[in-house]
Amino acid sequence: MAEKSKDILLGPIFVNNPIALQILGICSALAVTSKLSTTITMCVAVIFVIALSNFSVSLIRNYIPNSIRIIAQMAIIASLVILVDQILKAFMFTVSKELSVFVGLIITNCIVMGRAEAFAMQNGPVASLFDGIGNGLGYSAVLLFVGFIRELFGGGKLYDQQILPLATENGWYVPNGLMFLPPSAFFIIGLFIWLLRSWKKDQVEHEG
Amino acid sequence: MSQGKDTVQRTIIIAAALSLVCSVIVSVAAVQLRPIQDKNKALDKKKNILMAASLYEEGAQVDEVFKQYVVPKLLNLADGSYVEGQDPNEYDQYKEAKNPSERLVLDPKVDVAGLRMIARYAVVYEVKKEGELDQVVVPIHGKGLWSTLYGFVSVDSDGNTIKGLGYYDHGETPGLGGEVDNPKWKASWNGKKINDNSGQLQIEVIKGQVDLAREDAQYQVDGLSGATITARGVSYMVQFWLGENGFKQYFDRIKKNS
Repeated sequence: MAEKSKDILLGPIFVNNPIALQILGICSALAVTSKLSTTITMCVAVIFVIALSNFSVSLIRNYIPNSIRIIAQMAIIASLVILVDQILKAFMFTVSKELSVFVGLIITNCIVMGRAEAFAMQNGPVASLFDGIGNGLGYSAVLLFVGFIRELFGGGKLYDQQILPLATENGWYVPNGLMFLPPSAFFIIGLFIWLLRSWKKDQVEHEG
Repeated sequence: MSQGKDTVQRTIIIAAALSLVCSVIVSVAAVQLRPIQDKNKALDKKKNILMAASLYEEGAQVDEVFKQYVVPKLLNLADGSYVEGQDPNEYDQYKEAKNPSERLVLDPKVDVAGLRMIARYAVVYEVKKEGELDQVVVPIHGKGLWSTLYGFVSVDSDGNTIKGLGYYDHGETPGLGGEVDNPKWKASWNGKKINDNSGQLQIEVIKGQVDLAREDAQYQVDGLSGATITARGVSYMVQFWLGENGFKQYFDRIKKNS
């Protein structure tokens, strides 16, 4: 059982990554990754929401009528997201201002609902909790990778600290403005998937 | 799949119970956290006023500095006079801009910033040092590329010199239009003149860099590269709010008094 929990928790990070392998939750990966500080907050928020939504859905999975199961999951997810949003506004005001609408959009993040439907509806609360945290971590791994590259090459900074001296401030680095635009996240996610699949060859999809 | 789970009655009961639990969680969180959130918002606004007036230092006690130097006043935009008998701290000009009896609908000819409607009154913040009026911080807002930008401009007591500018709320692209938050760019507003000697409005955000050798450099601010539309929006909103239909009458009045 311990072995299985470990698999459930750690599997989604590289072996079965929700973004890289299942290509879910791309939208927020584009939107919030231009700076590491917002990226990290977003990761924590998503882990919290997936873990608790999985847990709660799993707790009541035997009571949810089949005909309204999707809307019941949505209600739980939406409530959790509003909770996170309210807490951020109260205790991390500056970060919540930067994340603005994207916290609310966690509701529509396909990973959250995907895990509730695919895993929590069939498994016990503890396993579901682990699965939620694991998928949250998998999502975070990609976001941090993307956020790291975008902030470093887009602004020469990491976590708001200047790493590369900018040419406009008498340094040598000319920032790449493309990194701050959403398309760059697509390129970087593509790069991430390529790196991951060259390492774990079994993830490569075969034609035909 | 048991038959009993999907009856109409059960479905309704479960749905109702789930909604009830969810709504209790959401409303408790919203109500409990509201006071802290409101305090954050008020504090953030004060901080931005102090920043525009160059009174803010990292880690400073915003509330105390604010109380020490800043006096909020409610202003009638039409003639620049104070409005008595109404608490400026209670007045929300962005809410009143939507209130039919409290708003002004702008003539498209003068509405350079594309605002359409503004409130009749505005809250300005007078900064006093040793009892003397030092500068005034006035609110500005207008459209950029994606969003409406909200901010403050601080003007010297001579009514013609900008001392600072900053935005506290906008949704422009980080790294491009979002560079309105860049400290260097914000600092470049310091010392710019609003009107020329004949009283003609001259302040402008230009495209590209200001040529300091030229005489009109004192009215010009560098554009933001890659953010033409945001920069143009900033230019228009500054021209509107510091001009004839904005705070000009008020600036003229404080100039006479100082």
